[in-house]
Amino acid sequence: MAAKSKRQTMVDMAVLAPLDWIDERTGAVRGTKWFLFRNVPRDVSWMQTLGSAALTAFIVQALTGAILAMYYEPSASIDPVTGKPVAYSTIQAITDDLTLGWLVRGMHRWGASVFIILLFLHMGRVFLFGAYKYPRELTWITGVLILATGMLMGFTGYLLPWDQTAYWASAVGINLNGTAPFAGPWLAQFLAGGPEISTETLPKFYAMHMLLIPGLLIPLIGIHIYLVTRLGVSSPPWSSEEAGRERPPVQPTGARAGLVRGSGGD
Amino acid sequence: MSDTSHDTPHGSGPSLWPIAFAIGVACLLVGLVISWILVVIGVVIAVAFGVLWARDVTRDVRGEVPQVEPETRAVADEPSVSTTTATPTEPLGTSYTRSRFLEASTIGLGAAIGAVVTLPVLGFTVLPSFTNLEEHDADLGPLENFPEGQYVIATFLSNPAAGEVSRRTTFVRNNGMTDAGEPSFTILYSRCVHLGCPVQPNGPIDEEAAKKVKNVELRPVLAQSFGCPCHGGLYDAEGNRRAGPPVRSMDRYTYSIKNGHLVLGELYSVGNVSGTGATAQISRYPWSVPGTHVDGVEAWLYPIVPSQVTG
Repeated sequence: MAAKSKRQTMVDMAVLAPLDWIDERTGAVRGTKWFLFRNVPRDVSWMQTLGSAALTAFIVQALTGAILAMYYEPSASIDPVTGKPVAYSTIQAITDDLTLGWLVRGMHRWGASVFIILLFLHMGRVFLFGAYKYPRELTWITGVLILATGMLMGFTGYLLPWDQTAYWASAVGINLNGTAPFAGPWLAQFLAGGPEISTETLPKFYAMHMLLIPGLLIPLIGIHIYLVTRLGVSSPPWSSEEAGRERPPVQPTGARAGLVRGSGGD
Repeated sequence: MSDTSHDTPHGSGPSLWPIAFAIGVACLLVGLVISWILVVIGVVIAVAFGVLWARDVTRDVRGEVPQVEPETRAVADEPSVSTTTATPTEPLGTSYTRSRFLEASTIGLGAAIGAVVTLPVLGFTVLPSFTNLEEHDADLGPLENFPEGQYVIATFLSNPAAGEVSRRTTFVRNNGMTDAGEPSFTILYSRCVHLGCPVQPNGPIDEEAAKKVKNVELRPVLAQSFGCPCHGGLYDAEGNRRAGPPVRSMDRYTYSIKNGHLVLGELYSVGNVSGTGATAQISRYPWSVPGTHVDGVEAWLYPIVPSQVTG
């Protein structure tokens, strides 16, 4: 090969050299390659993208939620201007007054359902493809924990608008928890911060919704994705190809024909 | 090779200088409060012993390394010394090396520090939901506002400081006088004992006779049954379940008469009510969350409920 062109040298200097510098110290480039450029079975289809779709939905939730938190205030006290609870007033302001607030709140509100639906579709795909089997049992178990914490996100987020629907649906949800044997009544009283929903319940649910449960959910997602990367994507059950296997090297047609069973030898 | 050779100190041994240095710092801090002279003394002590400490610690680096035997795991080389007397099993305790001790003490100290931080936080997370729960008696106003034999929807603030979120609804019926000559009331709490939705009286509300006294709203209603809009629970005039998913009779309030006013006390749960009005027999239990049984075999699932502990 001829000497590097001037242009190539410039690219090396500008892009590759800094990347090498970083990789030598952190392994970040190798790690990214390990994460992204991995072998997948040749017969994967759109079905295997449901997990990525759920991850995307979660990222949308995290971003829109972080932005909503800039304008929302989890207070049950009465706003002197609107005469309504502060939490409800801030939701109203986000929806009606703030530019594009309706869009971001709508994305968060409907995205929550999208996230849960995608989790279930993903779970169904994994179940029907038998992708939970050895060696991916722990991937399945962390996935179940993600579903449970995701539903906790839905439960705690539902109270935050602090309207009648939010209040009574949360009352029913808390009392549903209360019917669990032995610990149920204690759990219900812990969730409501007392015998019934009160002013303390709202900030409590808010803290759980945006701090505690994400603190659980995000590491779980990280472990889940690590396991997926480590163990590879599984083939469909009808596949004749072994999961994660290297592609056979491309060979001349003649030699390739020789690999076909029954025609080899000559 | 004697056993004591393994215990011979090597390298820099323990030093007392850090302790003196700490005394100097303490002297300095106390001096800041008491007098400048003490500060100067503290600085002198701290600097002097700090230098000594630093010299002590860096002795190995600066000076010649003394010829010492490398640290060995005790017992490990004994078999080579006296193969005849060596026993295959080590005596108890000799394998407890310094590194193992350090490992265990690091983990143990870490756990202790973690517990010191975690336990108060955990207690703060859980305990406020069960302790110092404010209970307020609610004054529903003069007895004349409650016509005999008729239900009145009475709403009030159970905790006026908390505002409207503490508004509770009760169905109050004046039962007239008991045989003992005392006023009798049936006071049902509107929360459905299925899952806590607001139960509604099945009958027309006499809005013209509605009264409002401070935070209390009274609206007479012609109702002999109560229904829940959420899941179809139905109760009769005594609060007994007649249909739907509720698991017990409607909760009730205790009451007292103070200065001619009806005053609500605490909430309690009811297994079943037999009889009606002033002569009703009420099986009373400590209040429990909606959806939990208070009597029968199913109540075994809820042996201790929070209200039994918090009072």
